Amino acid sequence: MAQTAPVETERPADEQDVTPDVPWIVIVWNDPINLMSYVVYVFQKLFGYPLEKATKLMLDVHHKGKAVVSEGARETCEFDVSRLHAHGLWATMQRSR
Amino acid sequence: MAIRHRIVRSSGGGFDLRIPRSERNVLRELPDQLRLLLDEGDAQDPALQRLFPSAYPDDPVAAAEFDGFVRDDLTEQRMKAIGTMARTIDSAHLDEEEALAWLAAVNDLRLVLGIRLAVTEESEPEDFVGDEGTHGSYALYAYLSVLEEDIVEALSGRPPASP
Repeated sequence: MAQTAPVETERPADEQDVTPDVPWIVIVWNDPINLMSYVVYVFQKLFGYPLEKATKLMLDVHHKGKAVVSEGARETCEFDVSRLHAHGLWATMQRSR
Repeated sequence: MAIRHRIVRSSGGGFDLRIPRSERNVLRELPDQLRLLLDEGDAQDPALQRLFPSAYPDDPVAAAEFDGFVRDDLTEQRMKAIGTMARTIDSAHLDEEEALAWLAAVNDLRLVLGIRLAVTEESEPEDFVGDEGTHGSYALYAYLSVLEEDIVEALSGRPPASP
């Protein structure tokens, strides 16, 4: 692996927006079309969640309008969002705070 | 009377597709319609926007970047599923991969029809009795819902014990 000499850099005064350890979250939003059984199936298939957890998340989506279904590094969340979109679920992502 | 499922896990592996010919003849038309939408549809078409939602609704730049990154791949996955459904429309038996393709294609078709019909949580069948086109689309939407339930149940279930 290539390595470069360390360089002194000046850190920005406000690091809020570039803090790498703030995780991202993936949100699935309620929609009137997708079947409840299908959504449970997709949560189990994509995330390996047991039936109970997948069902609870689906019910949260249905009753509360949305649910956080996964979280982690930005790349991980983008991967999850793309898989959810491939399955026709309405998913978005954002920083967790 | 027992409910007759249109797709069931087969004891010999894979799935038996028990769809009457009259229904297959309706389904036969659908893969090409979906393919046409994906191939030539207007990007502003609400149905296409539903199939490819924004990952970052509050950040247009990141959303466009994400879309550019995944769009071709997602389209290709969808086309592949549509192709599999079209190829196996008369099959009596599906393997796991083919059944998953049917699920993906049927779900995409439901999303497109649901958007066209402006289905809401409060929608009732009586809301769609208007003109013949709307009525027919809603009948198809309702039929695909039943078919999709059957596919999900078949995929979720354990294979039946061997005799």
